[in-house]
Amino acid sequence: MSLYFKYLLIHFKSQMQYRTSFWLLSIGQFFIPFSIFAGLYFLFERFGQIKGWQFFEVALCFAVIHMAFSLSECFARGFDTFSSLIVKGDFDRLLVRPRSTFIQVLGSKFEFTRFGRLLQSVIVLLWALSNLPIEWSIPKAITLVLMITSGVFIFTGIYMLAATMCFWTVQGLEVANIFTDGGREMAQYPLNIYQKWVTRFFTFVIPFGTVNYLPLQYILGKAGGSDLVHMLTPVMGSLFILPCFLVWQLGVRHYRSTGS
Amino acid sequence: MKVYISVLKLRLSMGMQYRAAALAGVATQFFWGFISIMVFEAFYQHAVQTLPISLKELIQYIWLQQAFLVFVMMWFRDNELFDLITSGNIAYELCRPSGLYGFWYAKLLAQRLSSAFLRCFPILIVAFLLPKPYNLEPPTNITAFLLFLSALLLGLLLLVAISMFLYISVFITLSPMGSLLVFGVLSEFFAGLIIPIPLMPEWLQKIAYVLPFRWTADFPFRVYSGHIPEHDATIGILIQLAYLTVLVVLGRAALNGVLKKVVVQGG
Repeated sequence: MSLYFKYLLIHFKSQMQYRTSFWLLSIGQFFIPFSIFAGLYFLFERFGQIKGWQFFEVALCFAVIHMAFSLSECFARGFDTFSSLIVKGDFDRLLVRPRSTFIQVLGSKFEFTRFGRLLQSVIVLLWALSNLPIEWSIPKAITLVLMITSGVFIFTGIYMLAATMCFWTVQGLEVANIFTDGGREMAQYPLNIYQKWVTRFFTFVIPFGTVNYLPLQYILGKAGGSDLVHMLTPVMGSLFILPCFLVWQLGVRHYRSTGS
Repeated sequence: MKVYISVLKLRLSMGMQYRAAALAGVATQFFWGFISIMVFEAFYQHAVQTLPISLKELIQYIWLQQAFLVFVMMWFRDNELFDLITSGNIAYELCRPSGLYGFWYAKLLAQRLSSAFLRCFPILIVAFLLPKPYNLEPPTNITAFLLFLSALLLGLLLLVAISMFLYISVFITLSPMGSLLVFGVLSEFFAGLIIPIPLMPEWLQKIAYVLPFRWTADFPFRVYSGHIPEHDATIGILIQLAYLTVLVVLGRAALNGVLKKVVVQGG
């Protein structure tokens, strides 16, 4: 783990060498989800609600998923750009080092400019929270934090699966975008507005539902049944990364160099 | 003219090489289309007031948007051109015996055409075959269809003309990221790709109607579904032509302006 933080520090220092470029990119990252959020706001201005969900409730959902997404893009970017490691043959170098490939790939790239994105979702989060009549308690606060961390785990898991595909296909596959960008787009609304099959798929196969819909009901006081179950769903969702990790190990064993 | 046509042909066949990537793109766009339709469906379900665009028209709009995404996306870019400008290899381009504006225009146009050829047909065909409320329907009559086709093509020409400014701006800033972002976010929003223009609040619609971006996407798609009646569509096509002329003339002038100032260093 200390190796990971060393990587983190080195990358941060190196990106800070180009300070202006860093700030410009961060500001840019701030505005990309901003236009999506503006779209969401205008839709609510016209329609008032979506299947019984109010604007600030959906804004909370939006903020959580976008925070998770930007955090995972910032810290797990190494897996997202993994195909370039394979194509250039740089992965061979990682294999001969006496450390786990997981940490090394994770540390191969960080995208700190995603802080712009993160800042935008933090603002949305604060705005939503200050307008929602939630009776706060410690379990609820913990649930909120769990939602975000579990989101990061899920996105990272998808990146890992996509990276593992590179062992067989060499090039990265655009299909993974369905689950990262598409998953983000979809999970910014509470999951029950979609049709049954979408809800089921994204609860039991790729557990975005455990990040937003189920714990959100608990925080907003809409949950029927046991609070504890709703509270713990994000933890269950986080387990998604375990099979991804196994698949990754399998892929590493299967790896044959491109020879370049 | 001959030069430009052969550039177009060459690029088309080059673009056709990436079939697997195109298929993956098709899958992504399908997913995207379904998600947006379901979101709008949920919004429409309990809508109290009458809405400026019906769900049916909106579904047509979304499928067309997915099918012709490369015709309307500003993010779709040619990194080769950016590299030419920032690395100084632009010197070779200047040696060519044809005008740079026309040459690049043809290149960019061909890139978009080739990726659209690969992607639009599978999306359109499957969208036609979908079950009832989600399917794409043929346009109301043949006139609407012809108007749609010309509006779509003019929209494409217009978009390429707008995107030329993106490349021209790189001569000044030397980094594509900033201008790409500004152009990308603005054009995406005001072309109605995030939410359709009829669903925007009044004051925002006024801005959107003045800017050129909506003529690339919003206009042709609404002509298809009949949301814009035929008479208005004809006028719209004239406006598209006017915009196109103005933008091409301005773009040429701007490109010649920056080219005069280009200093190519040896090496």
